[in-house]
Amino acid sequence: MQTANLLPLVLILAAVAFWLSFQRSRAVAAPLGGVRHLKALPTHYAARAALWSAIPGLVLLGLWAGFEGKVIHSIVMASLPEGMAPDSAGQASLLFTQISNVARGSLNPDLAPEAVVQAAALLENLREQSRVFKTVLVILVTVLGAAFAWFRVAPHVNARNSVETTLRRIFFVCAAVAVLTTMGIVFSVIFETIRFFGRVPITEFLFGTSWSPQTALRPDQVGADGAFGVIPLFTGTLLISVIALLVAVPTGLLSAIYLSEYAGKRARSVIKPLLELLAGIPTVVYGFFAALTVAPFIRDLAESIGLTASSQSALAAGLVMGIMIIPFVSSLSDDVINAVPQSLRDGSLALGATQSETMKKVIFPAALPGIMGGILLAASRAIGETMIVVMAAGLAANLTANPLESVTTVTVQIATLLVGDQEFNSAKTLSAFALGMLLFIVTLILNVIALKVVRKYREQYE
Amino acid sequence: MSNASSNIPDDITKTEKAAIKVAEPAQQDRREAAALEEGKTVGIPFCENPKFQLRNVEVSYGDTPAIRNISLDIARNEVIAFIGPSGCGKSTFLRCLNRMNDSIESCSVRGSLLLDGEDIYDPRRDVVELRARVGMVFQKPNPFPKSIYDNVAYGPRIHGLANRKSDLDDIVEGSLRKAGLWEEVKDRLDATATGMSGGQQQRLCIARAIAVSPEVILMDEPCSALDPIATAKVEELIAEMSESYTIVIVTHSMQQAARVSHRTAYFHLGHLVEVNETNRLFTAPEHELTESYITGRFG
Amino acid sequence: MNNPTSQAELVRRSLKRRYRKERRFRLYGMIAVAIALLSLLILFADIIQKGHTGFLKTTITLDVELDGELMYLTDPTDRDEMAMADFTAPILAALKAQFPDVEGRAAERELSRLVGTYAASDLRDLLRAEPGLLGTTQTLEFLAHDTVSVYVKHADNPRYTVRLSDQQKQWVDELQARGVIDTSFNDVLFQNGDSREPANAGILGAIVGSMLTMLVTLVLSFPVGVAAAIYLEEFAPRNRLTDFIEVNINNLAAVPSIIFGLLGLAVFIGAFGMPRSVPVVGGLVLALMTVPTIIISSRAAIKSVPPSIREAAEGIGASRMQVVLHHVLPLAMPGMLTGSIIVMAQALGETAPLLLIGMVAFIVDIPDGLFDAATVLPVQIYLWASSAEQGFIELASAGIMVLLTFMISMNALAIWLRKRLERRW
Repeated sequence: MQTANLLPLVLILAAVAFWLSFQRSRAVAAPLGGVRHLKALPTHYAARAALWSAIPGLVLLGLWAGFEGKVIHSIVMASLPEGMAPDSAGQASLLFTQISNVARGSLNPDLAPEAVVQAAALLENLREQSRVFKTVLVILVTVLGAAFAWFRVAPHVNARNSVETTLRRIFFVCAAVAVLTTMGIVFSVIFETIRFFGRVPITEFLFGTSWSPQTALRPDQVGADGAFGVIPLFTGTLLISVIALLVAVPTGLLSAIYLSEYAGKRARSVIKPLLELLAGIPTVVYGFFAALTVAPFIRDLAESIGLTASSQSALAAGLVMGIMIIPFVSSLSDDVINAVPQSLRDGSLALGATQSETMKKVIFPAALPGIMGGILLAASRAIGETMIVVMAAGLAANLTANPLESVTTVTVQIATLLVGDQEFNSAKTLSAFALGMLLFIVTLILNVIALKVVRKYREQYE
Repeated sequence: MSNASSNIPDDITKTEKAAIKVAEPAQQDRREAAALEEGKTVGIPFCENPKFQLRNVEVSYGDTPAIRNISLDIARNEVIAFIGPSGCGKSTFLRCLNRMNDSIESCSVRGSLLLDGEDIYDPRRDVVELRARVGMVFQKPNPFPKSIYDNVAYGPRIHGLANRKSDLDDIVEGSLRKAGLWEEVKDRLDATATGMSGGQQQRLCIARAIAVSPEVILMDEPCSALDPIATAKVEELIAEMSESYTIVIVTHSMQQAARVSHRTAYFHLGHLVEVNETNRLFTAPEHELTESYITGRFG
Repeated sequence: MNNPTSQAELVRRSLKRRYRKERRFRLYGMIAVAIALLSLLILFADIIQKGHTGFLKTTITLDVELDGELMYLTDPTDRDEMAMADFTAPILAALKAQFPDVEGRAAERELSRLVGTYAASDLRDLLRAEPGLLGTTQTLEFLAHDTVSVYVKHADNPRYTVRLSDQQKQWVDELQARGVIDTSFNDVLFQNGDSREPANAGILGAIVGSMLTMLVTLVLSFPVGVAAAIYLEEFAPRNRLTDFIEVNINNLAAVPSIIFGLLGLAVFIGAFGMPRSVPVVGGLVLALMTVPTIIISSRAAIKSVPPSIREAAEGIGASRMQVVLHHVLPLAMPGMLTGSIIVMAQALGETAPLLLIGMVAFIVDIPDGLFDAATVLPVQIYLWASSAEQGFIELASAGIMVLLTFMISMNALAIWLRKRLERRW
C-alpha cells in the first residue's frame, strides 16, 4: 500500500482503538459501580489506546518514507557489475535515472544495456517488497499498540497521567522542531562548505575581490574553477541594503511617529491596514515592479540628465527593497514608541513642551535602543531578501559604490548557482552553500543582537 | 498612543472611571443623593481677584460624566487641597487646569475656566504657553531617562529661557535648591535621574517644574508613591513654595491636606461638596458628606 | 533671572519659532506617510496597467473546411495517418478565403503566422475527439499569434514592439474590421498550465500547485506550531533548554527564506532522496519556515487568555493538561487561527526557497497529486517576468493580480474572523 493510503489507515485504526478501549473501560467500570470507580475517565483510556497505536505506526511510516529511497538506491547501484560502476556522482545520478525510467516503462528496455535492465528489474522488485513489508509492519505495529493499551484498561491504572505525559512529550517535540530546524540548516550548509574550503582556501573566499564561478569545460583548463572572492558580493549586498535602509528608516520611523502622535483615529484606522498591505505583498511582486518599472525609469531618468545607468541598477533594487521594508520599520517603531510610558509624555507636555519637542527630546531618546534593534532586524531582512535582487539586480559581480551600476548580491548568487541543473561536487555548486553559510551567520549575528537589544529595552519599561 | 486606553493617564484608571459608574446606584443612600441634587457647594468656594475662576465646569469621558457643574475660585499664592474618595473626579478636575486632558480623545470639558481672567479652553489659547505658566507634578515620579541636569534644564531649553550656558546652570541650580535637592545631587548632575530614590525623583520632578518658573503648580497626589520620610520632605517643600506659587494639590491623605493647605475642597462623585478653610473643614465641616468622609465612614 | 513676567514674555516670544518647528515635524510625518501610500498606489496602478490586458485573449474566428484531401487524411481514427496529416493547410485555406488575392509562398507564410502556433494541434485534437467532422465546414475560434495579440492590444503603447510586417498589420486591421479577429475574456488563463506560447499559457497549474503546497504547509505547521506554543507557554520549565528553544524560534523567524531553500535542498532532496519540484517538499520547506511565526502568534493568543480562567479551572481540580485543552486552547483558538491565516498568506507569496528545491521547472500539466511535479503561483510569475516574450509580461502582471487577490482575501478573512471571534476581557 502507498504511504498516502497507509496514513489514513493508521488513523482509522487509532480511532477504532479509541472506541474499543472506551467501550472496554465502561465495561470494566460497570461491575464496580460506575465510571467514578476507575482511576481515570473512559476517554483517557481511549485516548491512551489511540496514542499507543497511532504513534508507533506513524513513526515507522515516517522512517520508512525517509529512508526507503536511499536504501533501495544504494542496493541497486551496488548490484551493478564492475564495468558499469559510475565514476562520478553526476554519472551515478544519470545512470539511476535511466534505470528507474526503464523500471517505470518510460524507456524502452531494448534500447538500454543488459545491466541496466537487470538493475531495473531489481529496482522494481525491491520497491514491491518494500511496499509489502511496510504495509504489513505498519499495520502490525499499530494493532499491537492498540491491543496493548486495550488489555491495560484496568480500574487501578491511571490512564490520565500517561496520556497527559505523552501529550506533553509530543508538545515538547513540537517545540524542539525549532531547534531541529536550526540544526538542519547548520548541517545542510556545513558539510558542503567544508568541502568547498577544501578546494578554495577560506582566505581567498573571504578576502578575494573577484567573483566569477565558472564551469570547467576541460579538467586541465586554466582557472577552471573560476574565482571565488566574496568581497564584491558583500559590497553589492551592502550597497543595496544601505539604499533600502536609507529609504525605509526615515520613512518608516516618521510614518510611525505621525500615526501614533498626530493622525486622528479615523486616518489611523485607514492608513495602518494600507501599510500592512504593503508588508503583505509578496517579494516576487516587488521584484517584478523593480525590474520592469523602476529600473527602466531610473535608467531613462539618469540618461536624461546625462548619467549612464545600468538597466539593472543597484538603486532600483535598493529603492524597491526600501519600500518593502517601510512597514516593517514602521510597525517595529510603533511598538517601541508605544512602549515608552505615558507618564514621560505627560511630564514633558506638562512643562509646556510641544508634541514634536516631546517626541524628539524625550520619547525618541528613550525609545532609541528599541528603534536601533528594529533597524538591525530590518537590515537583516534586507541582506537576506532574494527575489527583488534576483529580478532587478544583476549577475555581474562589480566592485563598486555607484548605485547606478549593476551589482550582485549573496542571495542572487545562491539562487543562480542552485537553480536549474547543477553539477555535483563542482566548486561552483559548493560555493553556493558556503555563501549560504555566510549569509546565515551574518543574519544570525544581526538577529541575535537585535533581539537582545529589543528585549532589554522592553524589560526596562515593564 | 495607538489605542484609546493608553491615552488615559495612569492616574485616571479604568477602575476609577468604573467606580464612578458603579458607586452611584450602589453606595449612595437617599440622604446623600438629596444633598448632592442641590448641586450647591457649601463653605467658601469664591474669593476676590482669584488666580483661577472656574464656573459651572462639567467634564465627561465619552458618555460617562466625571465632573458635574463645579464652580470654584482659587486665590493667588494659596495652597488648595482637593480631597475625596477614589473616583470622585478630583484628578480629572486638576488636569482641566492646564489642559492635560486634551490628549484623551473622549474627554470633553464644558463651562468657564478662567486663568487671570482669560479662558483656558479658548480654542485660540496656546496650550504650550498655558502649561509653561501652569506646571504639573504627577502621582508617580516621571523623570526623563536623562541626566539630572538635563531633566531640570529640559523646560528652560525648550522654552528658550536661557541664552547662555551659565544662565542655564543658574536656573538648574536655583531650581534644585528650591526643591531642596541641590546638596544631595550637586556632585552628580550628570548621573541619570532614573537611578535616584523615589523621593529624590519626585523632588527632581518638582525642580523640573519650577525651572520653567510657572505661576501655578498642580500636584496630583505627589506623595502617594513615596515613603513617609520622603513625603515629609516634599510637604516641607510645598510649604516653602507657597510663598511664590499658587499650588493645587490632590491628595488621598487628609493629614497631608491638613498639613500643607490653606483651603481644602471636598469632592464627592463628581460634585464639589464643600470648600473651606482647612482647619474649619477638618474640625467643623458644614456638610454631612464631608463629615462622613473625614470621620472615616467611607473613603 | 526668575522674574515670572519676563519669563512668560520669553516663552511667548519663542512660540512662533517653536510652532514652525512643530509644523515642519508634522509635515515630515505626513510626507513619510504619503511616500508609503504613494508607493503602494503606484505599485498597484503599474501592475493593473501592465496586467489588465492579460485577462484578454485575441482570437481569430474562421470558417474552416475540414477537407481530407488538403490534410492528406482519410481516417481520423488512424493513429499513423493522424501523425502524418497536415493540419495547417485547412487553416491557411480559411485565411486565404479572407484574402483571396494573396499569392506566393512568402505571403502565404506571413498570412499563416496570424494564427497561434498551436492552432494546427487544436485542429488535430478536435478531429481526434470527433472524427465525424472530417469533410464538414466548421466555424472555429483560434488563438491569434502572440505578435498579432501584441499588435491588437498594444499598438499604441510605445513599450511594446510590434513584430508584424506592414502587410500583416494591414491584414489584421482588416480582419478586426470584419470581426474575424476579436478580443474576449481570457478563459485560457484559468484553464491551462504553463506554455511556451503566451496565448496558451495559464495559471491553473500554478494555482493548483500553490494549493497543494499550502495544504502540506498548513497540515504540518499549524498543529506543530500550536503544540509548541502550548508547551512553551504552559508546560516549559524555566531552564536553559527552554531558553535555547526560545532563542531558536525567535531567530528562525528572522532567518532569510532562501536559507530554508538550502535546507530543503540538502536535507529533503539530498539526504532523504525526495523528488525535486514536488508540492510535498515545497510544503515541508514552507512549513519549517512558518512554524516559528505560528508559534509566536499562537503564544500571543495564549497569553491573552486571562489567568482567572486558568485559576478557576484549576480550583475545581482540573489537571494542567485539562485546563489547557478544555479552557485555554478553545479561548485562544480564534487568535491562533487568524494569526495562522496571515502567516499562510505570506507563505503563499514565498518564492525564493521554492526556486532552490526545483519548483521552477517548466510544467505544462496540471499537477494532480502531492508527488507530482508542480510550480506555484509566485514562481510562475517569476518565470513569466523573466521571459523574453512580451506576451508573458502581461501574463505575469495578471498572475500578480490573481496572487494579490488570494492574499488580500485571506487577510480579509483573518480580519473578519478576528472581528467576529474577538473576545474582550
